Amino acid sequence: MSTTDLPLPTVRPAHAPPGVGHLRGTRPFPAEARESLQDTQLRRNLGKATGVIRAKRAAVVDEVPDWEALRLAGSAIKADVMARLPELLEELEAAVTARGGVVHWARDAAEANAIVLDLVRATGADEVVKVKSMATQETGLNEALAEGGVAAWETDLAELIVQLGDDRPSHILVPAIHRNRSEIREIFLREMPGVDPDLTDEPRRLAMAARAHLRRKFLSARVAVSGANFAVADSGTLSVVESEGNGRMCLTLPQTLITLMGVEKVVPTWSDLEVFLQLLPRSSTGERMNPYTSTWTGVTPGDGPQEFHLVLMDNGRSGVLADPDGRAALHCIRCSACLNVCPVYERAGGHAYGSVYPGPIGAVLSPLLTGITGGDDPNASLPYASSLCGACFDACPVRIDIPDLLVQQRAASVESHGRPTGQDVAMRAARIAMTSPGRFRAAEKGLGLGRALGGRSGRITALPWPASRWTSSRDVPVPPAETAREWFARTRPGRER
Amino acid sequence: MSAGGAAAARAEVLGRLRTARDAGAPRTAPGPVPRDYARHGEHDPGSPGALALLVERVEDYRATVTRVAVAGAVAGAVARLLADAGSVAVPPGLDRGWLGGTSAAVLVDGEPRPLTAADLDAVDAVVTGAAVAVAETGTLVLDASSQDQGRRLLTLVPDHHVCVVRARDVVGTVPEALARLDPLHPLTFVSGPSATSDIELDRVEGVHGPRRLDVVLVG
Repeated sequence: MSTTDLPLPTVRPAHAPPGVGHLRGTRPFPAEARESLQDTQLRRNLGKATGVIRAKRAAVVDEVPDWEALRLAGSAIKADVMARLPELLEELEAAVTARGGVVHWARDAAEANAIVLDLVRATGADEVVKVKSMATQETGLNEALAEGGVAAWETDLAELIVQLGDDRPSHILVPAIHRNRSEIREIFLREMPGVDPDLTDEPRRLAMAARAHLRRKFLSARVAVSGANFAVADSGTLSVVESEGNGRMCLTLPQTLITLMGVEKVVPTWSDLEVFLQLLPRSSTGERMNPYTSTWTGVTPGDGPQEFHLVLMDNGRSGVLADPDGRAALHCIRCSACLNVCPVYERAGGHAYGSVYPGPIGAVLSPLLTGITGGDDPNASLPYASSLCGACFDACPVRIDIPDLLVQQRAASVESHGRPTGQDVAMRAARIAMTSPGRFRAAEKGLGLGRALGGRSGRITALPWPASRWTSSRDVPVPPAETAREWFARTRPGRER
Repeated sequence: MSAGGAAAARAEVLGRLRTARDAGAPRTAPGPVPRDYARHGEHDPGSPGALALLVERVEDYRATVTRVAVAGAVAGAVARLLADAGSVAVPPGLDRGWLGGTSAAVLVDGEPRPLTAADLDAVDAVVTGAAVAVAETGTLVLDASSQDQGRRLLTLVPDHHVCVVRARDVVGTVPEALARLDPLHPLTFVSGPSATSDIELDRVEGVHGPRRLDVVLVG
């Protein structure tokens, strides 16, 4: 039937609906973080792991002379994608369909899960093998499949550790980053049927145990579910970037492949991948190139799955796209470099963020996707899970200005409260002042008043309400005689912009 | 889901995105994408510099590289690498001369029938060519539509992959490689043996893909 015959549906951009999937925890960040900060094992594991990966990333980024040019190109390609997202998706749909694939559209997580479950049931299979995918974590697909009587087997080693440990992922790239080798050994001994009881905690032995455990599954699986790192609109080509070969197993051996991706993953042309295939591996695992990248287009007779379904999911992305400031969060390529450089993530760990998207990007992406429903929404606290140090922007391969987005989302969080707190008022004022050089200059002028209040002691000991709630227990230093801007103008005349 | 429901979902997602695209449009439309990054590397494709860099980068992944000067020397190199293999799988278009020195039993995909995953699980090694290799990243690209690289499962299930790369197929950069490839063919980019860093970020070679990768570089 023709789709143009339908009445025009509601076209308002939408947030991800609550009640399904994993975009929101149950408690605010400070409550969660307080708990994880007391876990010294967790802090040791995280400190070691993020330290290792920061050093690896720095080494392989430093050897690329055109890194900044690649970042600028990556950022611009993503901005272009956002400016014509619906058109690119229609182009992708046509290309995939022309090559024998079937394209489905999902408004939200529940609909995406239902589509995948129906597709699996249609094959008659009662289990699927899975490639690590943020989109399917976001929708809670495994739980939805289990409710429908379909077992989902995670095949990425870290996801397997999380699944067998009945745990939650805590990192985008290394979901079991919070577990050390002896904890992993215990999980395997407890949960892996037929495992060698003499298993040691040597990483090689643990990896070989996982290989043996999954080998039978791969050779017998009839259906696989994957996410996608990139989808090329003009050719219909999908891409999965991975390390272990579990992705290749899932993408190659089963008869049916179902790929679930967020709509923002589309890129216009094949040659755009020349940018992202350089940015992503160096930023994420700190390698010049990840061991395996697979690309496929529709169905290839005689090679790989003979049935291919692509599910294109909104689940709040339209709501983010409609936000002129926030839409840059959709540029994220899920490399997790911002997690590894973040002092807050390194100490609090991924679980404290509640959402499957932790760290600096998660602190903006999660509330943008779900919207903030009020002061008691756990996601309302996420934009404060940052010291605004700026390391995340420097590490981001597509130049997402995460600190700026955090400030924007703090303002959104404030606006969702019924009655603003003192911190809310201060953040809102800071946002107003800091978004325009003229306003910032005017705000600086007001600082002279503060010097008068301080008198000769150089401390302000009493301010009128509401600021008296601060000065009743602490002094405030008087503002400096000269602002940074004035100092700059004095010492470098003629250069102030 | 009914066909009507699916069509409604499609119309609604696209409708939302059209509204959002305009509502959230930046004040200034994005300009053309600046592509000031290096398309070509320091070394010309097939040049001695490109070959030397490829060797260094492939070995960095703990794969081996055997260099031979002429095509006639490939068979000897392959035979040495397959010394322990009792059986070897190959794609139908592989240069059979490359197998001249090996005593392993040879299974050819499609002759007489396509090899299954179970067949391949029982063979010791696979020998293929490559479509292109990227020196800077130490990456080999396999094109499944090419007769000497073969279907994707051939290079996935066996535990040992011997890949023969011709000097003229070695480029410097990722952009140069993509320009030579057809996105409509199934492609696999291979950089070293299968690996994981999921346990305390210690790299362990060999999980589900071939645990041993040997490259023979010709020319």
